[in-house]
Amino acid sequence: MRRLAGLRRALPAALVALALLAGWEAWVRIEAVPTYVLPAPSVIAQTLWQDRADLAAAWLVTMRITLMALLAAAALGTLIAVGLAQSRLLARAFYPYLVALQVTPIVAIAPLIIIWVDSLWAALLICAWIVAFFPIVANTTLGLASADTGLKDLFRLYGASRWQTLMHLQAPTALPYFLAGLRISTGLALIGAVVAEFVAGTGGSASGLAYRILEAGYRLQIPRLFAALLLLSLTGIALHGLMTALSRRLLRHWHASAVAGER
Amino acid sequence: MPAALTFEGVGKVFADGTDALAGLDFHLDHGTFTAVVGPSGGGKSTLLRLAAGLLAPTAGQVIRTLATPGPGAIGYVFQDPTLMPWADVRANVRLPLKLTRMPRREADARVKDALALVGLDAFAGRYPLQLSGGMRMRVAIARALVTEPSLLLLDEPFAALDEITRFRLNDELLRLWQLRRCTVLFVTHSVGEAVYLAERILVLSPRPGRIVTDIAVALPQPRSAALRTSRPFEDLSAAVSRALVEAIQA
Repeated sequence: MRRLAGLRRALPAALVALALLAGWEAWVRIEAVPTYVLPAPSVIAQTLWQDRADLAAAWLVTMRITLMALLAAAALGTLIAVGLAQSRLLARAFYPYLVALQVTPIVAIAPLIIIWVDSLWAALLICAWIVAFFPIVANTTLGLASADTGLKDLFRLYGASRWQTLMHLQAPTALPYFLAGLRISTGLALIGAVVAEFVAGTGGSASGLAYRILEAGYRLQIPRLFAALLLLSLTGIALHGLMTALSRRLLRHWHASAVAGER
Repeated sequence: MPAALTFEGVGKVFADGTDALAGLDFHLDHGTFTAVVGPSGGGKSTLLRLAAGLLAPTAGQVIRTLATPGPGAIGYVFQDPTLMPWADVRANVRLPLKLTRMPRREADARVKDALALVGLDAFAGRYPLQLSGGMRMRVAIARALVTEPSLLLLDEPFAALDEITRFRLNDELLRLWQLRRCTVLFVTHSVGEAVYLAERILVLSPRPGRIVTDIAVALPQPRSAALRTSRPFEDLSAAVSRALVEAIQA
């Protein structure tokens, strides 16, 4: 029953996709649009299959940077948030710089980082991390400060240590906030990885999907460009779905965002 | 034996200048059930927070002489159930024992007893979101009792419940008190509830709160629903209401 309901939920979006693709294909064929301007969906699918080895290798490179950056954003972001939540002074001292790091466009700092850091791979990782970490810090900091005042009193009444309060009250309170931040950061980590690759613009063995897009553009291999682009958005959608599922799973018993359907 | 809880000239002025309580003088004997009745916003919650040591008085002193001092000696039931939504009933009731680092074995047994005491054995694995308001309040009471406190403080715990649930929980609270014999301080704005539950009623004036009347409730224990419609109950309720009205007008 649940699987059926899930299919029914996905149906409208699938119908829209089908209509769009059919329209696109028809228009390209009827108007005889040249492939180097706009390739038909069938041509893109064909290219995706033909170049699968190349594209898969590139996809792996981009995925590795994205996931590493996301992991680092989650770990360091949580650590920073816990630090900020421990003292107002610390928060007042450092928060503005975190904001500064966030609002500075990554394309402007990426060249510097690539010059400063010897390993290109590490430079890309740092760039993706800078783009991805802030939502986790901002959300988790807010979550850690949102503990119920009555529960705080209760913890004080039983002489809870700072550590106990953090682990048993602040951390669970912050979990939904953290997960919402993580979901935003997932998309940003992918964008960060792609943007950094664009700036680096390097070839060689460590070239990800973004480089394949650049390369295909220079060589006017437009179907390949579209294939790489398609792969990128499918990856983004899949990651987002994964995070949503994780969030639902972790919050299913207690958070309004996850139990709405159960009651 | 000194009193379980003594207020000596206790006053509380908050940092923002709110004068919540002034010159409170009273003491609670061990094992007694006392109710505090007062108007809304009259510093009743402040009184309880002072009694629990969650707030420090700005004048006078609060002295607790409890059989088992240290964390866990005081049970506190808030106006809202104040449960952890992410934890099931069992984990919520276990919280005080976890915070006071009781060994797991002993804690398990205590949690089981406390849940049985409030009739929630069958709901140990449920989450607060899956419970009714009355059941949530029962969990809060079980949590307050799980450390076997010698002083139990209740801050209008049943104010948000419907009357039938409220009556039932009143009877349960009395039964638990008969069983455990801890010192109870029960804050409420309901005169009827105070008369039904307590052996003694303190009437609090509007801010800055002070005790204007100290009434002994000479009704037999254990109490039952029939009492609510009896003549002595009505007379006492009338006396407390009069004291409350006079306090507000003064």
